[in-house]
Amino acid sequence: MRRAVLFGLALLMLALPAGTSAQEPKTSIEFPPGVPLVRQGFYLYSQNCASCHGDRGEGVVPPDIQEAPGPSTAMGPALAGVGAGAADFYLRTGYMPLEKAGDQPTRNPNFFDDHEIDALIAYVASLGPGLPIPDPHPENGDPSEGLALFREHCAGCHQIVAQGGYVTGAIPPPLGRSTPVQIAEAVRIGPFVMPRFSEKRISDSELDSLIAYVQYAKSPNDAGGWSIGHVGPVPEGMVTWFLAATVLVGTCVLIGKRLRR
Amino acid sequence: MIRGLVHRLDERTASSPFLKKALRYVFPDHWSFLLGEVALYAFIVLVATGIYLTFFFVPSTNVVVYHGEYAPLQGQEMTEAYRSVLDISLRVKAGLLIRQTHHWAANVFVAAIVIHMIRIFFTGAFRKPRELTYLIGVLMLFLALLEGYVGYSLADDLLSGMGLAIGYSVALSLPFIGANLALLIWGAPFPGDPSFWPRMYIAHVLIFPVLIGTLLTAHLVLVASRHHTQFRERWTTERRVRGTPMFPGQAPRSLGLMAAVAALLFLLGGLVQINPIWLWGPYHVSDATNGAQPDWYLGWLIGALRLTPGFDVTIGDYTLVPNPFWGGVLFPLIVFFFLVSWPFLERRVTGDRAFHNLLDRPRDAPWRTAIGAAFVTWVFLVFLAGAADRASVFFGLSYTAQIWAFRVLIWVIPILVLFATKRACDELLRIERAETVRHAAEAET
Amino acid sequence: MSRARDWFVSAAVLVLGRGKKRPRGPERERIVPLEPPSPRAELAVVGLLFAAALFAVAFIVVYALDRLPHQTQLLGVALGLSLACLAAAFIVVAKRLVPEEQLEEDYTVAHPAASDEIAQLVDESSDRLTRKRLIVVAAGAAGSALGLAAITPALSLGPALDPSVLRRTPWEAGRRLVDQRGRPLRADDIEFKTFYTAFPERADREEMGAPLVVVRLDPAALALPQGRDGWAPAGILAYSKICTHAGCAVALFRTPLFPPAEPKPALVCPCHYSTFDPAAGGAVLFGPAGRPLPQLPLRIGYGGVLEAAGNFSGPVGPAWWGVRMGEAT
Repeated sequence: MRRAVLFGLALLMLALPAGTSAQEPKTSIEFPPGVPLVRQGFYLYSQNCASCHGDRGEGVVPPDIQEAPGPSTAMGPALAGVGAGAADFYLRTGYMPLEKAGDQPTRNPNFFDDHEIDALIAYVASLGPGLPIPDPHPENGDPSEGLALFREHCAGCHQIVAQGGYVTGAIPPPLGRSTPVQIAEAVRIGPFVMPRFSEKRISDSELDSLIAYVQYAKSPNDAGGWSIGHVGPVPEGMVTWFLAATVLVGTCVLIGKRLRR
Repeated sequence: MIRGLVHRLDERTASSPFLKKALRYVFPDHWSFLLGEVALYAFIVLVATGIYLTFFFVPSTNVVVYHGEYAPLQGQEMTEAYRSVLDISLRVKAGLLIRQTHHWAANVFVAAIVIHMIRIFFTGAFRKPRELTYLIGVLMLFLALLEGYVGYSLADDLLSGMGLAIGYSVALSLPFIGANLALLIWGAPFPGDPSFWPRMYIAHVLIFPVLIGTLLTAHLVLVASRHHTQFRERWTTERRVRGTPMFPGQAPRSLGLMAAVAALLFLLGGLVQINPIWLWGPYHVSDATNGAQPDWYLGWLIGALRLTPGFDVTIGDYTLVPNPFWGGVLFPLIVFFFLVSWPFLERRVTGDRAFHNLLDRPRDAPWRTAIGAAFVTWVFLVFLAGAADRASVFFGLSYTAQIWAFRVLIWVIPILVLFATKRACDELLRIERAETVRHAAEAET
Repeated sequence: MSRARDWFVSAAVLVLGRGKKRPRGPERERIVPLEPPSPRAELAVVGLLFAAALFAVAFIVVYALDRLPHQTQLLGVALGLSLACLAAAFIVVAKRLVPEEQLEEDYTVAHPAASDEIAQLVDESSDRLTRKRLIVVAAGAAGSALGLAAITPALSLGPALDPSVLRRTPWEAGRRLVDQRGRPLRADDIEFKTFYTAFPERADREEMGAPLVVVRLDPAALALPQGRDGWAPAGILAYSKICTHAGCAVALFRTPLFPPAEPKPALVCPCHYSTFDPAAGGAVLFGPAGRPLPQLPLRIGYGGVLEAAGNFSGPVGPAWWGVRMGEAT
């Protein structure tokens, strides 16, 4: 009975077209009961990821590459050994699937639903041991230590209050939508052009503090009133001109006279 | 009761003739003549709030450890200067209101000066006999920029500390004398001698305010003694000024404007957060944050610095022109040279040496208006380029593409604006002349 | 009881009553024209002034009540609205309660006769002198020399005559690298795809010559300039963290997770985005920096700790006229 089901599934996989573009709306797959999560993940992987990451997660790297070889869609790193944590990060944020290799990944509404993500994570995890899904506890962290760590390692790209910024060739995102697990994952992975910080570099307890600071930065102390974006002089200048100057010039018009011809 | 007071005052000071003249001083009442007053009142708010802040600020770079109410900085090292600003903001009652009002007032002060100066330029108010008044005004603008820069750098937070390093590099970049000048000002290689902070402080609370105050007094005395210019209307002439007397007519207007400026500044100071230094953290030479910008009135300089391609001018081993010179020194020099020399340039080119008490409408002087518009466009585009990275983050535009685009546009667009504005002025004048001719013809028939 | 009634009556009269002006004595010509009264405007002004008073009192009350949250906002609104009401009161007075007057005065003119007299006065006063030019030259010499003497003490403000101090760094051969907390950096601990901020052990950190940014690259990918063999043991590179353009900290490290498709490693400064290539000795890839990032030669010392093998490849920080004329010391 089992073998028949597996055989039927294999036929199904062969029949359906391999690889879908990230842009096409994807229909949810209903798996027959009893199919292990890993196999579901393998099926989804073959449909959506194999074109860039290889049929068995071995990666697709053009031969004799020197520097960045130019736009090419069918390229991607090996997934053996990246671990469940990496898969969880990229899939839950929607950074993957990626339209084109070399593009900066951006958050997308989840292409996969939760169950599919679980399946894919199970499959990727099965490819080899790697980063586990972290279990951070920012409530145990110290925001003061967190600020010091954030300033030393992160503020240069992500801005001191995590409002995001620019680095040549990439746009480090604001962290307002990042969950503690995602922050921990990103720190340990170093996605796209972000540096990675291992446990030797930033211990788990330090990571808790770092995440505690990022959580704080999502709604920091705004004793001064309307925060206008937490990025400093640019919005302040806008308020000066679009609000203050307009009101004051308007007051002058109210008080003074106009030209009479 | 008033009669008795005035009599007693006059007996002791002989002031009544002067006061009588002053109280009936005639002030033409177009609304655009009030813009300079807006700057004046912002300055008054600056001095008042500034004096309050001097009672709490500590101009010292001694390193201390913070043990205060702001948790994210607990136990961290910072200078006494930074800590005193933290305390003003988070511990002193009404401290944050006064501090924010002071900073908003600085931003509004420079904006008001710029708007006022634009009015002066495009109406030709700088012409004889008011060139001196105008030059004093330009000098005050320059001092206001410096004063604001020094003021927000005193807090020693991460953002303004980065800005100070850039100021240091601009000083260093002067050919021949840069290193010597920078070491003179800072007292030692950056971040400088311990006495550098008190130097900045004294400059900010004493030297610049006295300079600006003196120039402001001279400016106002000159405006009053020349009498204010007026627009051409049916009853105005070059010889007689017509308007509302200072008392009782103009006084409530001016007082009302002063109260309105103060009201807006205090409302902003309480409601809209500005320069939350506790969020930036203290400055260290080895730290930086993304998205660091100077206050708006120095945005044109960061734009110029970012647009300059990467090269130093060297002669053998001698570095003649380090890179920051072009954006940090030459660009503002050109801008201020244009502002300062314009009255004399215009006089030379038009050959017009007459007294001018009547203002031009912008269209009445097409070349002046066109060149002025092109110049403002040029500076404004450089200013915009300074925020290209935020545009990158916000709109997803490529930063490098923007830089290249701006490098071209800052030259092309002003030329287009020049010709378009000249054309517009000429057209408006032509239409008016046609209308006048038509009316005259109709009147005859 | 009757006292209270008196107070009430006085208040009512103050608010509601409208008085006639006291006679001013013998009739004289008016200076200010008489215009009809505007009672509604008067009421508006009174209302606004009392409102201003109320808001000012509110400010004092908010100040006194410590526990109120959003103190700054409430204080600002109270004071701001008080001033706004005051402004409105003044403006109503200006527009409705003060007589409209349009007066004329003469514009001032030049005074050529008086100016000529002054010129004549100055000219005639020197008629006694026989060697005017010599005296003027001597006065000029005295004035300028005195002026120069007066500003000479300004040179004490800093080592203006000795810019060689700009070359000094706290680094020298054998000085160990430590992290933010003072712990020595060991070569084995330096990982790929990350960056470290390092300082000289037992030296002042708050100077431009102190901080380093340390990264590790594949030694095969390095293309360091001539004469820097051995500067990067095991591919570990140390550069000055201070940007050679305008002195900000080069706190950004761009490092690809998937090198075939992503931009190569680069150190970037957040101020004006000068971008430096760590594999090529800090060469400038983009941005306004005119000079590569100075590299510090490293060696692995006792206990595997990283230490400097000498001073930087060039003076650190922004350029000045002598920046290429000598070594970092």
